[in-house]
Amino acid sequence: MALFQISEPGEAPARQPRKRAIGIDLGTTNSLVATVRNGLAVVLPDSEGRPLVPSIVRYGESGVETGYAAMSHQTDDPQNTIISVKRLMGRGLADLADARRFPYRFVDAPGMVKIGTRAGVKSPVEVSADLLRALRDRAESSLGGPIDGAVVTVPAYFDDAQRQATKDAAQLAGLPILRLLNEPTAAAIAYGLDNASEGVYAVYDLGGGTFDISILRLSRGVFEVLATNGDSALGGDDFDHRVFCWIIEAAKLPPLSPSDARLLLVKAREAKENLSEHETASIVATLSGGQTVNLTLTKAIFTEITGNLVAKTLRPVKRALRDAQMKPDEIKGVVLVGGATRMPQVRRAVAEFFGQPPLTNLNPDEVVALGAAVQGNKLAGNRERDDDWLLLDVIPLSLGLETMGELTEKIIPRNSTIPIARAQEFTTYKDGQTAMAIHVVQGEREKVADCRSLARFELRGIPPMVAGAARIQVTFQVDADGLLDVAAREQTTGIEATITVKPSYGLTDGEIAKMLADSFAHATDDMQARALAEAQVEADQIVVATETALAVDGELVGDDERATIDVALMKLRRLRDGTDHLALRAAVESLNHATGEFASRRMDRSVSRALTGKRVDALSG
Amino acid sequence: MIDFSRNHFDLFGLPPAFRFDMAVLDHAYRQLQSEVHPDRFAGGSDAKKRAALQASARVNEAYRALKNPVQRAQYLLRLHGIDAVSETDTALPLEFLERQLERREQAADAQAAGDVRMLSMLLTDARAESRALEEVLAQMLDVEKAFAVARMQVRELTFLTKLADDIDAMLASTES
Repeated sequence: MALFQISEPGEAPARQPRKRAIGIDLGTTNSLVATVRNGLAVVLPDSEGRPLVPSIVRYGESGVETGYAAMSHQTDDPQNTIISVKRLMGRGLADLADARRFPYRFVDAPGMVKIGTRAGVKSPVEVSADLLRALRDRAESSLGGPIDGAVVTVPAYFDDAQRQATKDAAQLAGLPILRLLNEPTAAAIAYGLDNASEGVYAVYDLGGGTFDISILRLSRGVFEVLATNGDSALGGDDFDHRVFCWIIEAAKLPPLSPSDARLLLVKAREAKENLSEHETASIVATLSGGQTVNLTLTKAIFTEITGNLVAKTLRPVKRALRDAQMKPDEIKGVVLVGGATRMPQVRRAVAEFFGQPPLTNLNPDEVVALGAAVQGNKLAGNRERDDDWLLLDVIPLSLGLETMGELTEKIIPRNSTIPIARAQEFTTYKDGQTAMAIHVVQGEREKVADCRSLARFELRGIPPMVAGAARIQVTFQVDADGLLDVAAREQTTGIEATITVKPSYGLTDGEIAKMLADSFAHATDDMQARALAEAQVEADQIVVATETALAVDGELVGDDERATIDVALMKLRRLRDGTDHLALRAAVESLNHATGEFASRRMDRSVSRALTGKRVDALSG
Repeated sequence: MIDFSRNHFDLFGLPPAFRFDMAVLDHAYRQLQSEVHPDRFAGGSDAKKRAALQASARVNEAYRALKNPVQRAQYLLRLHGIDAVSETDTALPLEFLERQLERREQAADAQAAGDVRMLSMLLTDARAESRALEEVLAQMLDVEKAFAVARMQVRELTFLTKLADDIDAMLASTES
């Protein structure tokens, strides 16, 4: 890519003190912190030269331990040693289909599940903050002072709840956060700047607990995300778990204590890692009851028992390509990110799908942190030779509102470039309605129940008007972190209500992927159901409106007119609970027609009343 | 940062037309974003950040509207005071509606039968018809300046695009 230095020769910009900027990859299994030093992104290692920090926090007898120190206790103190906390971010207990997999003492709490530990009840945000604090400390001792700005990465497929939880954790850890950056995009930055790439690339990011696929166009210094998809609960952890289940079955083990379970999970992970290099891996362990496990796992068996996990990653890949309107052979290169992409069967599947060997010349563990460091450096305002580039990212899931009939009205479709703001107008459906409930949802399905509920709030103080006269504008605004703000405003009066969406729940294991898959599978059902539900809503509205109108202004209707209206009402009530949306719509039409003149007479009266009211107000004021 | 009162075309320095060089739009979009994107103001004051967010969102919205033929046509009519897709008037020619309903039924049948080839064919047809309609619209909007008359074609294009998107979704669910 052509990256030009902007400043004129001899006109070097005034030297500003360098900001201490970092990029953090907060991973499910491992985390890293990186910075830009002498124009080059580098990972900051610990005093022993180890670049990775295992994403493990232990609440021990003598305080909080993180990383390798915590790791050494994961089998002897599993309930106080928290691993894979990223999977719990922004999730309620009910969302965790795999809750039994964790040995923790879960405490259900509104919003997000919490964990009972020796040090008290901890939320995933607090546990993540402890990890981030350790990374911040490492960076501060390495850079010699407090951090001025940090970019923290999140899976591209994280929803609003998960993103907000991550941002909260960074704030809790005292990190001045410049941006939440999508992991595959961070990788693309590191990769694109390193290789001067041009063209359309796919980033296949299989981490410890999350899977992302992003399709990006790299062109003259612009990184433009065309589409993203994924599964926020699919990763290397799941491969470990398959091996773990295989061990239990092959060794015919009885139900295990939390310590033994964690021990075998560790052995399972080691076996998985060994199989990336070798044909077989031996699994040897002695359990707390003295029982020994001695097994050999072959590459063939491993490939077989994890086959459907690999296949599961290809569905989001296809969807992302479809949304980007690209064919696999139009992709110039596929970048592999995440430790789990070291598995040969994953590489093979990716190569086969795209018809080309994937690009692996950057360390898949480090590339996300390096990209985040480059972005952090730029956002903090440090000038570099190659900093004339622009990043355009998208939101992964559609954002919308609940409308009548428990249907969702999409306001911002998935894969919209952020930041984005969009407004839509709604109206009241009852005469004299003074409040409107606003329910914000995220997901692809038509029914509200199939999407994730993000927030609820109310717009109050709407002046009483005839149904349909109020004009309520609801504005959705998604910022560059991918976080949502919603505001509602009644246009004729200026009454306003605003909320920063602090969502209560995230999506369950595979729920996002399932929601998307279901939205395709049920497209036709949904269309029928939607048409019927819409017709029913319309029917209910007009029945209520007509009844109210007749009660209030009945004297405006002549006898013949009244008879016609009554017949139309009766017909409509009969069809209301049927399944024929066309017949129902026709009945709505005929009632509409029957009440047309009455409605306009009422409107006249309402207007004259409103004017009268105003004059009285003005006089008394 | 940017003048919010300017229309989408003005914002990118383009003539208000249905057809123009997309490369010019792409270039102008990237240029504008590189000036107003919040990433340029990450260290700035809250007021600066908010202004960048709003300007960048506006540029994204304008780009999206001009990039997409349906939205572009609707927007162009709106600039001439014509609402092509008003809720009170949704009339379409009967013949057109019948053809699309038939197409939708065929698609539903093909989906039920798992017939990917049929679905692909229907999709290709719908997209081809959209493109033909775009040609007609280019003539009406850019040459004849017959904005009021073009309402019907814009509405047809809106309908047809939605249909194509629905068939595409069916195809996605049938393939995966």
